[in-house]
Amino acid sequence: MIRGLGLAALLRWPAASANPDAVRAKAPTGVGASATVAQRPPAAAERDLRLDLFRGIALWLIFLDHIPENVVNWFTIRNYGFSDATEIFIFISGYTAAFVYGKAMRERGFVVSSARILRRAWQIYVAHIFLFTIFLAEIAYVAATFENPLYAEEMNVLNFLKEPDVTIFQALLLKFKPVNMDVLPLYIVLLLVFPPTLRLLLWQPGFALALSAFVYILAWDFHLNLPAYPNGVWFFNPFAWQLLFVFGAWCALGGAQALSGLLRSRIVLGIAIVYLVFAFLITLTWYYEPLARYVPLWLSDRLYPIDKTNLDVLRFAHFLALAAVTVRFVPRDWPALKWPILQPAIQCGQHSLEIFCAGVFLAFAGQFIISEWSGGPLIQTAISLLGISIMVAIAGLLTWYKRIEGRSSPTRVKTSNADLAGGEA
Amino acid sequence: MNFKIAIVVAMALMNSAALAAEECEVPLSFITSDNDLTRVAKAIKQQHRLDIAVVGTGSSTLPPSPEGENFAYPARLQAALLQLLPGTDIKVFAHVQARQTTAEMAADLKQILTAEKPALVVWQAGTFDAVSGIDPEEFKTSLSEGIDAINAGGADVDLMNMQYSPRTESMLGVATYADIMRWVAQEHGTLLFDRLAIMRFWNDQGTFDLYAATKKYDMARKVHDCIGRALASQIVNAAHLTP
Repeated sequence: MIRGLGLAALLRWPAASANPDAVRAKAPTGVGASATVAQRPPAAAERDLRLDLFRGIALWLIFLDHIPENVVNWFTIRNYGFSDATEIFIFISGYTAAFVYGKAMRERGFVVSSARILRRAWQIYVAHIFLFTIFLAEIAYVAATFENPLYAEEMNVLNFLKEPDVTIFQALLLKFKPVNMDVLPLYIVLLLVFPPTLRLLLWQPGFALALSAFVYILAWDFHLNLPAYPNGVWFFNPFAWQLLFVFGAWCALGGAQALSGLLRSRIVLGIAIVYLVFAFLITLTWYYEPLARYVPLWLSDRLYPIDKTNLDVLRFAHFLALAAVTVRFVPRDWPALKWPILQPAIQCGQHSLEIFCAGVFLAFAGQFIISEWSGGPLIQTAISLLGISIMVAIAGLLTWYKRIEGRSSPTRVKTSNADLAGGEA
Repeated sequence: MNFKIAIVVAMALMNSAALAAEECEVPLSFITSDNDLTRVAKAIKQQHRLDIAVVGTGSSTLPPSPEGENFAYPARLQAALLQLLPGTDIKVFAHVQARQTTAEMAADLKQILTAEKPALVVWQAGTFDAVSGIDPEEFKTSLSEGIDAINAGGADVDLMNMQYSPRTESMLGVATYADIMRWVAQEHGTLLFDRLAIMRFWNDQGTFDLYAATKKYDMARKVHDCIGRALASQIVNAAHLTP
């Protein structure tokens, strides 16, 4: 159904008329420099703040979900349907990457835009290794201080400390990835292959999306995945998850426009809502065991397992349904996007890499505090709120840095604003 | 995680129920299921005996210590069942070996079944697979094949998942494997002993401080004893035997 929907739309959509956003985006660039003096990012008029808003919220949810013992993560969307914040994050990342680098590729050519994409991949790689170092410190601390005969088997997980040469090397190769540190390696791989992908998307968007869907199907049929250390495969299979990233990119380059007819249709809205309700009811049965018996066997046989590693079709469809409903009720010019109360989330979404890393670190720290003091619901709530506040403060600080840097060196304004268009890539 | 609502409900039940119960009593919702142990019921009713094979890895035993085996949950299960089912000849054989993946355990099941002909196999799995990062897909296949082999060998299955281990929670991703065990159990109509949820419940209730660092065996032995008893109650419930 998903593929059908995508393919139907792209058949109607000539590649030549590619990117209406980009065409409109060109006009105010010149106004940019003077607008910055008025302390207002020039790209603001073009920037789809909804992307920043929802990516910011997704980053908060990822932070909450990464603290295992936390009453607050009852509010995160993974408890109410099949998909979770990861889907939102990857889709929006694909969207903004195409928005920012697509423009660069058209204006400055393949080499320059590719170089910028690869620089971004490198930054993310460095961020990942930084997080890995923090993780190592935590593990080493636990290994040195914790002993309990009850957990002799579980402590085997610390064995890799005995051969740091191998482990650290495997981590540098992105094969050894601690729990909850799988998203950035996925992002790195997606960016590494993004230059040719983007080129293809700009040239033949429909074909590019179809190819992406084909790779997704191959990944399922032939169990394609990247190897992990010491065993197994990547938790987020890049061959499967690329579909969401490329779909996001395709939407940014005019696909969203092509789908707008579908998105306005009441039938599509109806189907989306029915599916969301269905997913919600199924999810209820996971948390409230007695309800599970009302799910007929033939249905559960088809539903389960809902595979996160390979981006299960049910998850992808759930994300699409969520997106369809959201786009319907939150228009691009939604007045609330300007409200001060939403600015913290928007700013977090605009500095996604830094805020993501901060979130992973804060989740480590928060979990540490919760377990060290066996924190009850009150402490868990306090830590969750504190963590989000810190993320907001960091985003505010980064926005401030960006502003003063823009002010002190006017020549750099243009490039930094290109990065800001639609948030960071 | 998946059982938070169950825990909340269970806590409500606990509060209303008589608290005179034993220290580590487990709410009924954790040890009742729609899946029956028909072969166990038959063995007890017709032969007045119950042979159980426990197949598992490191967390089914206690590290080498004087009389360690007697304090681990397989032995405690036998003791608890003898208490619950007087007049029944109960034997629990432990086939426990540290550092085995589920695939390796599954390969040995056939031999155990032919040699001992147990009516029930308690199969503890998942921890070492999570430690070694076994492909979840492979884990799922091994579990499925193992359960089929046990059923074909004439025994019921009780799958036991991981221990709740708050200290290693951020390093050892057990959730994926625990979910798979739940799915596979549901798919095969097999009993699941949710050790993960039960131990988390104990930790939340303050029954045990599972975060504590200690070299002593006291708490580990108590936990194993409580697991043995909860397991015995689950088996008695699922075989519809009135103790």
